[in-house]
Formats: sequence, C-alpha cells, structure tokens
Amino acid sequence: MNTDASALQLVLAVDPTLVAIVLLSLMVSLSAVLIAAVIGIPLGALIALTRFPGRGMAIVALNALMGLPPVVVGLAVFLLLSRSGPLGSLGMLFTPQAMIVAQAILVTPIVAALARQTIEDLWEEYRDEFAAMNVGPVQRIGTLIWDGRFSLVTALLAGFGRSAAEVGAIIIVGGNIDGFTRTMTTAIALETSKGNLPLAVGLGIVLIAIIIAINALAWWARRTGERYAG
Amino acid sequence: MTENMRPPPSDLPIAFENVTVTEGSVTILDRLSLTISPGEPTFVIGPNGSGKTTFLRAAMGLVAPTEGRVTWGGRDGVSPHKLAFVFQRPVMLRRSAESNVRFTLSAAGVPRIEHDGRVAELFKLVGLDGLQKRSARRLSGGEQQRLAIARALARDPSVIFLDEPTASLDPAATKAIEDIVRTITARGVKAVLSTHDLGQARRLANDIIFLHRGRIIETGATSEFFESPRSPEARSFIEGDLLV
Amino acid sequence: MIIRRILIATALCLSLFSPQRSIAQDKSIVVASTTSTQDSGLFEYLLPIFTKKTGITVKVIAQGTGQALDTGRRGDADVVFVHAKSAEEQFLSEGQSLKRYPVMYNDFVLIGPKSDPAKIGGTSDIAAALKSIMAKGAPFISRGDRSGTHIAELMLWKQAGIDIEKEKNAWYKSIGQGMGAALNTAQASSAYVLSDRGTWLNFKNKNDLQIGVQGDKRMFNQYGVMLVNPDKHPNVKKDLGQQFIDWLVSVEGQKVIGDYKINGEPLFYPNANDSGA
Repeated sequence: MNTDASALQLVLAVDPTLVAIVLLSLMVSLSAVLIAAVIGIPLGALIALTRFPGRGMAIVALNALMGLPPVVVGLAVFLLLSRSGPLGSLGMLFTPQAMIVAQAILVTPIVAALARQTIEDLWEEYRDEFAAMNVGPVQRIGTLIWDGRFSLVTALLAGFGRSAAEVGAIIIVGGNIDGFTRTMTTAIALETSKGNLPLAVGLGIVLIAIIIAINALAWWARRTGERYAG
Repeated sequence: MTENMRPPPSDLPIAFENVTVTEGSVTILDRLSLTISPGEPTFVIGPNGSGKTTFLRAAMGLVAPTEGRVTWGGRDGVSPHKLAFVFQRPVMLRRSAESNVRFTLSAAGVPRIEHDGRVAELFKLVGLDGLQKRSARRLSGGEQQRLAIARALARDPSVIFLDEPTASLDPAATKAIEDIVRTITARGVKAVLSTHDLGQARRLANDIIFLHRGRIIETGATSEFFESPRSPEARSFIEGDLLV
Repeated sequence: MIIRRILIATALCLSLFSPQRSIAQDKSIVVASTTSTQDSGLFEYLLPIFTKKTGITVKVIAQGTGQALDTGRRGDADVVFVHAKSAEEQFLSEGQSLKRYPVMYNDFVLIGPKSDPAKIGGTSDIAAALKSIMAKGAPFISRGDRSGTHIAELMLWKQAGIDIEKEKNAWYKSIGQGMGAALNTAQASSAYVLSDRGTWLNFKNKNDLQIGVQGDKRMFNQYGVMLVNPDKHPNVKKDLGQQFIDWLVSVEGQKVIGDYKINGEPLFYPNANDSGA
C-alpha cells in the first residue's frame, strides 16, 4: 500500500491493494454471516418453538453470548488451530478460513438470539391460525422463517456489522498478513500503529461507507419487499 | 366448492356432553350439553365474557374440555380437513392475499395442480377478485375478514366457525360477510357463528345458543328465541338491557 | 428453497478459501517477526524482491520478539526473524531451532518531547539520560510487551544502575503494545520512549517528538533469523524457509537490506558476516 497517498486519493484512484483488502473484508464477514445464518436461524427457531427443561437458561446464555469478547474468541480459536493445538493439523491458523471461523463464532449467537425472538413473537401471533389450519411442523418452521424474513435480515445485518467492525479476533487468528489476511480493520490498526493517521482515518471512512451502503441496500430491499408482502 | 366436490357432513352432529372448561380457577364453560346439527347457520350469542369464543374453540377442537367430552359425527377425534375456523381478528400471513389461500391449500394437502382453479373460485366467492396480488396485511378490515373466510373455505370444510366475523365492520362490509354465509350455506357448509349483533342473528340464524357466564341459558329455533324467550336473561338481552 | 439457496451460497463462499486452493498455490512460508521490521517498512521493500526472484510468498506475522518466538515454539511459523539475542539463544537451547544467523543491526534511539524536561537533548550517554528522566520524574512510555525493544530497554535501565521494577512510579507507563502504539502514546502525552531507529524514521505522527539520545554503543540492536526446528514441528517448510534465510544472509540479500533508506538515511546495517553478532 502506498502510504504516502492521502485517503481521498486512495479512494479515487481505486488502489488495487485497497480493493483487495475491501474484498477480503467483505468475503470474510459475509461468509461468517452466512455460516451464522445457516446455524443460527434454525437454532433460534428450535429454541423458539420447543419447550424443554433449562430453556430459560438456554435463552439467557444465548443472549449473553451476543456480547462475547472478540479477543477471547480469537484466543480460543487461535489455541484450537495452532499447530500445537487439537486442530493444528488442519493448517488453518493465519488464513482467511480461520478468520471466518472466529467471526462465525462471534456472529452466530447474535443471529440465533435475534432469530429466536423474532420467530417466537411470530409464533405467538400465528399459533391459532396454524392450529386451525392444521399446519405440520416442517411447514410451520418454514413459514415462520419466511414470514420473519425482514426481521431476520435485520438480525443478519447486526451480525454483519459486528463482524465487519471487528478486529480483536481476526488479528489474532489471521495474523494481519499483508495481501493475505489483512482486512479493513486490521489495516486500520496497523496504519495507526505506524502513525499514519490520515490513511487510517481514510480506511475507516471507507469501512463505514461500505457498512452504510450494505445497510442501505438491505433497507431498500426490505421496504420494496414489504410493499408487496408485508 | 362445486356441488359435486361438497364433502359429506361427516363431522356433524357435533355433540357436547357435559363439557366444562376451566382456566386456572376460572370456569369459562360450565357443564354444557348440546348438539349442533347439519343445515342452516347456528348462532352463539351472549354478552362479552359469556364464553362464546371458548365454546367455538372447543367445538373446533382447539380447546380440550377439562371435563366432559366433545364428539364429531359420533367420533372423538376431529377429521383434520373438515372443520375451519375464522378468528375474530384473523392473522394474515406476511405475503400476498393469494399466497395466504395457497398456504392453506397446501397445508390441507390439496394437490398443487388444483391450486390455481381453487384460488380463482374462492376469490370470486368472497368477492375479492382482482386483489389476489395485494399484500394481505394491507387489505382493509372487511377485506381481511373475507380473505380469512376464503382461507378457511380452502380447506373444503363441512363446518366453518366464525367468531364475531362482523364485530368491527361497517354495514356494507357486514352485508358482504352475511352474503358469503348465505352462499356457503346454500352449498351445504354448516356455519356456526358468534355475534353481538341480534339483527344479524335474526337475519341468518336457524337456531340460537344463548350463553351467559359460561352456561347455556337457552337454545332453540331463532323465531322462538326472539319471540318468546323463556329465561329472564334472554329476555333482557333481547330487549337491549345491560346484562352483566 | 431459501435454505437450499443459503447452503449453496455458503458452499460457494467457502470454496473460495478451500484448502485445495491454498495448497495448490502454496509456495509460501510464514515468518514470525517483530513490529519493528514491519513498521519500519523494511519488509514491504524487501519481500517483493525476494518473491520475484524465488516465487516464494512470505507471510509475515508482526509481533513482539517474545510473542514471535512463542509462535515459532508452537510450530505456527516456519521462520522467526527477531531482535533479542538473549531470548534467541534461549530459543536455540530449547532445541526450537538448530542455528541462528545474524542478519543486520540497527540502533535504538531515545525519543522525547521537544520541551525536553529531562534535559537530555543531543547527548549520547543513555545511562545518564535515563538517570535524569527518573530524577525528574519525566513521563516515560515502556512497550511492556516482552518485545526485543522492551528487553533492550530493561537492559539499559539495568546498565544505568537502576532497578526499574523497584523505582517505577506514575511517571513510568507500561502500555503492553507495539512500537507504533508506544510512539503514538508518547506523542500524545509528551513522554520519552525508546524506539528502534527504523520505526522512528518511518513514523508519520512525529509532531512534537524528536531524537533525544543516539549513538551510544549500548543502544545497538542486532537482528537474527532462525528456521524453526522441523524435527520438533514436522509441518515446518524447511526447504522454503531455509531458502529465505540463505537469501537474507547472501551478498544480494545483504545489499538489499543496506539499500533500504528513508530520506536518504539507511535504517538497517547488514552484518551477516559478523559471526559474533
């Protein structure tokens, strides 16, 4: 990265290094959110729709896990994936996959907890109709997820915001390797430590702009969707 | 809903045998025994809190009696496709009007190939033709009520329960619902309704079940009930006195 | 249907990072090094030259010296490239590496605010300067992260006859972060701080900071490079790692190191030939 260029020049010139960093950041965050969606939404639905002993504890635990400290998760994944750790033979430490794993762990509780709330609220609303229509369990879960889709997208956005803004976990498990595991946030941390504050601020502005753009897109999609199906 | 598709009324008669429903320490239905027979609409009337909604839910099988039992066509279990319920405040799924009906069709196991025809027929029947693609939740209250009826009829029921279907509707919307009830009655579907609206009961009901504080005070043919009520409660209810 | 769509998308995303892909192109090594080599810009200058010549990609994890050696100890790096001779010799004696190669040196400089409350500006006696800082209670930032610079700082206090563990007070702040962060902190709090010259020269946020003490022989800073012992960690890419080390100490590698300058000033002095370094 050309550290002499100002942030504005960097953005205008579409510096290929910056583009690579942005793409990697998006790839890591979006992959983590996808994994979190695949695990978290069914998990949230399961907890919402079933009654079992210790369910209250499970909900409290899930809500508490939304506040998992990223460094702790980073450290745990680091110890797990280290060559001397139990999964060391995978050779995943200091790779983008390792960052995805760490962020998926951070994001899944957020998605699961918000999905649980959404689906449970919807279930309260639909319960009588479902009983009267004699809706089977599979169609029931599918319908609740589908009809809660706009709220679930908001849950996914919350997860995306968390992962895109996160630096503590990925810098530990990714190693902030130039051109390989350097993301927006770890690049900001690095440029700050180099005293290159204008570039760090520029990268920060780009990051915030991307997060705003994605949220705007989701908002627009939601508004359009609700007009036809809300 | 064509004539030859009409199901045999196998869920009828619905018989209550000494049915009591309690919730905690509160008795909602108190030792009811009666029979709902095929034919013209039956109306359940009574003041608020008299147990009308719980009565309909018990007749639908949504509420299990605490004591006593309910039978459908002499059987204990409900045949799943032949009863339908329209709640007082129906909940529309977050999708188009048409998809709401399709949803019920697939829940009832109707083959997908028949869906288009059934949807067209049902929208025409309830007078919502042209609104198929609209978001169900953006329809007016009257339209939602009619869509809920279409959704219930998608199950091709022998009995349809309507819990105060016109409680919050204006006269035009009320008339539309009453016309639908007449139409489906003509097609052999038994309608069981609850209402506050005595005029509606006079217009539509074949027979009346009058509930007060969870108990049956009076049952009988409509004309008999309105012209010569036997109980003082029914008399003052008909005369418009406040009954608490 | 939507679930299937999500699954497909996930599979696609993950396949971009699939192990096959990274192994196929994986003519790469992981080097655990120090923040000073990265923050000084040396690697940005040097690695492309090496990669162009050999086709080997070098992935650098920039940590403090102590942490970098631990990364090697766990087998998570192929090569360690650090600057704290005593810690490196410890690493060798544990059998974590079989050979240490001296590569280059630079020197430490004592940085301080232009107001210079300890009156050390322009001197070249680090021991006297440290005594003066302590006597005046002038703010001092310590890395406090077991890095090479931190270890060197502790050595300098000791050589000045000061038991810093006992003497340290509110004026001595241990921040537990990298060199750049320490310089940022010193800048923001008008404090003294020990820095390697390379990071200092490349540091963009100098503002009120300047060099106070330099040129003392005790502020000499030797870098060494070691291949992590493949007998202890079978996953170590010993051939590629050794190739990197051999290039660093070769005539060509040494020349590249010496050629790296900021504002015409060299940052590192190659000395692979000095077997005692």
